[in-house]
Amino acid sequence: MEIVGSRRKALHYDAVSTIPLYRSAPALEVRLEDFELFAMDRLRVLKGISDALSRGKKPEEMQQVERDLWKANMKHPEASEVVNKDIISHFVLRLAYCRTEDLRKWFLSMETALFRYRFMSESVEAQRALMAEFDLPYKAVSNAEFESTKDKLWQVARSVVPPLSTADTVFYKVPFEEVPELVAGRRVFVHKGHAYVARNQVVSLVATQFRSHLSKALILTNRKWISTIREQESDRLAPIVEALCTSYLGPDYSEPRELGDISIKEIDQIAQSSFPLCMRHLFEKLREDHHLKHGGRMQFGLFLKGIGLKLDDALAFWKAEFSQKVGAERFDKEYAYSIRHNYGREGKRTDYTPYSCQKIISSSPGAGDHHGCPYRHFSEENLRAALGKMRLNNRAVEDVMDKVRSRHYQLACTLTFEAIHGTSCDAGINHPNQYFTDSQKYLQSK
Amino acid sequence: MTREDIESGSQDMVIDEGKPEGGERMQGNAAPEGFNVNYLKVYYGKLFPHADMFKWMSYGNDGKHPACDQSYFGRREFSFTLDNDIYLRFQSFNSASELENSIKEKCPFKIDIGPVYSVDPAKRHAYAQSGDNVFAPVERELIFDIDITDYDDVRYCCSGADVCLDCWPLMTVAIKVIDASLKDDFGFNHILWVYSGRRGVHCWVCDGKARRLTNEQRASIAEYFRVYKGNENSHKKVSLSDPLHPFLGRSYTEVLKDFFESKLLLSQKLFSTEERYEKILEMIPDESITSELRGKWQDNKRSSISKEDTNVVRWEQLKRILQSGKHKAQGPQMCVKEIVFSFTYPRLDMEVSKHMNHLLKAPFCVHPKTGRVCVPIDPNCCEEFDPTSVPTLSKLLEEMNTGSLRADIDNVLLMPEWDRTSLGKSVRFFRSSFLQPLLKACKEEIENSYNAKLQHSKNSLNW
Repeated sequence: MEIVGSRRKALHYDAVSTIPLYRSAPALEVRLEDFELFAMDRLRVLKGISDALSRGKKPEEMQQVERDLWKANMKHPEASEVVNKDIISHFVLRLAYCRTEDLRKWFLSMETALFRYRFMSESVEAQRALMAEFDLPYKAVSNAEFESTKDKLWQVARSVVPPLSTADTVFYKVPFEEVPELVAGRRVFVHKGHAYVARNQVVSLVATQFRSHLSKALILTNRKWISTIREQESDRLAPIVEALCTSYLGPDYSEPRELGDISIKEIDQIAQSSFPLCMRHLFEKLREDHHLKHGGRMQFGLFLKGIGLKLDDALAFWKAEFSQKVGAERFDKEYAYSIRHNYGREGKRTDYTPYSCQKIISSSPGAGDHHGCPYRHFSEENLRAALGKMRLNNRAVEDVMDKVRSRHYQLACTLTFEAIHGTSCDAGINHPNQYFTDSQKYLQSK
Repeated sequence: MTREDIESGSQDMVIDEGKPEGGERMQGNAAPEGFNVNYLKVYYGKLFPHADMFKWMSYGNDGKHPACDQSYFGRREFSFTLDNDIYLRFQSFNSASELENSIKEKCPFKIDIGPVYSVDPAKRHAYAQSGDNVFAPVERELIFDIDITDYDDVRYCCSGADVCLDCWPLMTVAIKVIDASLKDDFGFNHILWVYSGRRGVHCWVCDGKARRLTNEQRASIAEYFRVYKGNENSHKKVSLSDPLHPFLGRSYTEVLKDFFESKLLLSQKLFSTEERYEKILEMIPDESITSELRGKWQDNKRSSISKEDTNVVRWEQLKRILQSGKHKAQGPQMCVKEIVFSFTYPRLDMEVSKHMNHLLKAPFCVHPKTGRVCVPIDPNCCEEFDPTSVPTLSKLLEEMNTGSLRADIDNVLLMPEWDRTSLGKSVRFFRSSFLQPLLKACKEEIENSYNAKLQHSKNSLNW
């Protein structure tokens, strides 16, 4: 796979079956941006599967979960590029997740689960083609043989828990040693050295093979990473790869929120009720000083964009404040440009996304700055005061301070949210815009 | 079994006193019972079938065919347990005579057979633990070990190391169930069943396919055979599905049901005391049923009319109530089968089968505590096998001395020693039923793979 600047060249990919098997890195070229974006989209799918599994979703439900996640994240405007995105994203994640035992284990489990659900959704012919790809020399049981063994096959089907559907008449005859799990559980009829595997059971076999191939590939990838790639790509791909595992994956709030746009008139009110502490602080300081330094403008400005403030309204808002300090002309000359820039109307035309908690927490506000995460960057005294102003009771304040001391800043913010709204926030706060959306949702449901 | 048992058997080892070495002659050729080193020496010198063991362990690689693997036999591990519990592992030999000489010289109390390794075990220290150049097992028979002490909670006639003709049939039944499945279900052909010398049986599955199974595959077969799950703390140790898997169904209708009802019920008197029938009642989940039955049996009530055995009567009563359909819950329906399985279904030692490097005692060894030879058992007529009449070391020596056993044959002295004793029958059976068919199959396999390779290289030379 070749990573290039911004040139693009589509190449053929011989799709033998609908699900790619990721046997070897394909001869595709990919843009640097796509390198990261595709991987993050796929990571959302894998994390979504991981979440659903840990919430105890049943296998039947998981197939639908996978379908929804895939549809939501793995599309591409050009239909021909969908498969490429699938493949590229897998291989990029291999790089990211080959580096430690724990990462490999997680990636292996999720990719295998993903493969399993996709396989189950395929047609019979596609499944057969995939089985052939895995060198699973499975012959379907002939009609004659089926007739003579079907009583036993159905007896087995009804003896297992949960029972297999006896409507399924497709069975594969397989050397018993190739399906040890099924034999061990007495989930197959075994005769003269062959196991008779129902179509539904074949999924496990294919998934096992997939997993074993990927497991070996990950080890090789890790070796390559350590020996050559990490060094060679230390200022291009390596930072992207290393960040992938910890990146924020929630909604990026670049789309205007469904709840409709905000007008400037509403800002004061919603700031009181629904802004997280970091944004309340910035807003307060903006109102107080009629100014914010660059870090604060970025953090707060993008947040406002995320909650639905349109460009024109934003310009008016900031102008109203700043012109009290620097005057209207200077505002137009020096500050308006960067606001338009944030909205993607200037220069590179990148539509910047509001900062996530992770990003905010890791920033380093200096003298005169008000951005950053109060739970991290404020002194204990100032933080207590701020929480008091939000009308948290003593008990809640202590709980929050407790979290702060153990450096769980997002949990501290979550507790604040819960204390103010009087409701629980199971998902935890990961993004200021999420805090805002959840808050609005809750308030409007009352 | 790979370790000496540390328990007090009811039969202590008899210690010889003041016996001269060599040919013992006491009054009327009788020799003392049990086991001693001198007898063992003679046994290894004259009776132990060294050549047959070598042929077996070579699996056809005897050097006569160009495709033979000359290193094969030398890569097999043997272990010897000597007098005073000295344990020698990783013994290996490069020829039949090396094996024979070492056994005769060391006179081991027990010989264990291990796997065939990737290299000669004697050279193992030169190889890594992992990576490409390893010392690891590459072939090993699929083995099973069934020990009657695992059935102690369901046999009342004996316990511990003892075995009698009332409880030995549990082993017979185990052989029948497992043997049928190994052949019919798994398609294996070269199976050797051996008496372990005291209280159990071993099974050696020697097909090439079996020898090449991985640990995971072995475990899966052992699990396929496992039904009994539990210990002293659980009441219900057998839980069966309805319908049964065909393997269990067949075992039940062809072997277990009949054995339970016509043999075990009576020989173990399973319902004859309150303690015994309570154990069975524990397996029934329905209180109303158990109290009804208890009501019938308490205080040894008996129907005065019936002349039948109490155990049979009570079993019939139990079956009638459970199968009457009065209690519609699924539990009672399967209870009858679960009770039968609890008592009769084979209980394997799972660990023995699961790992390629597990050692197992070699056939034709002599058990140090009983003096009995570990002879093969014919699965086709295993009901006839009587552990109490298996030849002992002293009996064999006696037979050798008198030479009278095969007086019917003219040229008795031209026969090998073992054939002049009751060991002869076992060795002949070992050869004809097991070794010869096995070697024939091995030769064919070697021949076929050789021809396939030739064909392949011919094809690749075609331009």
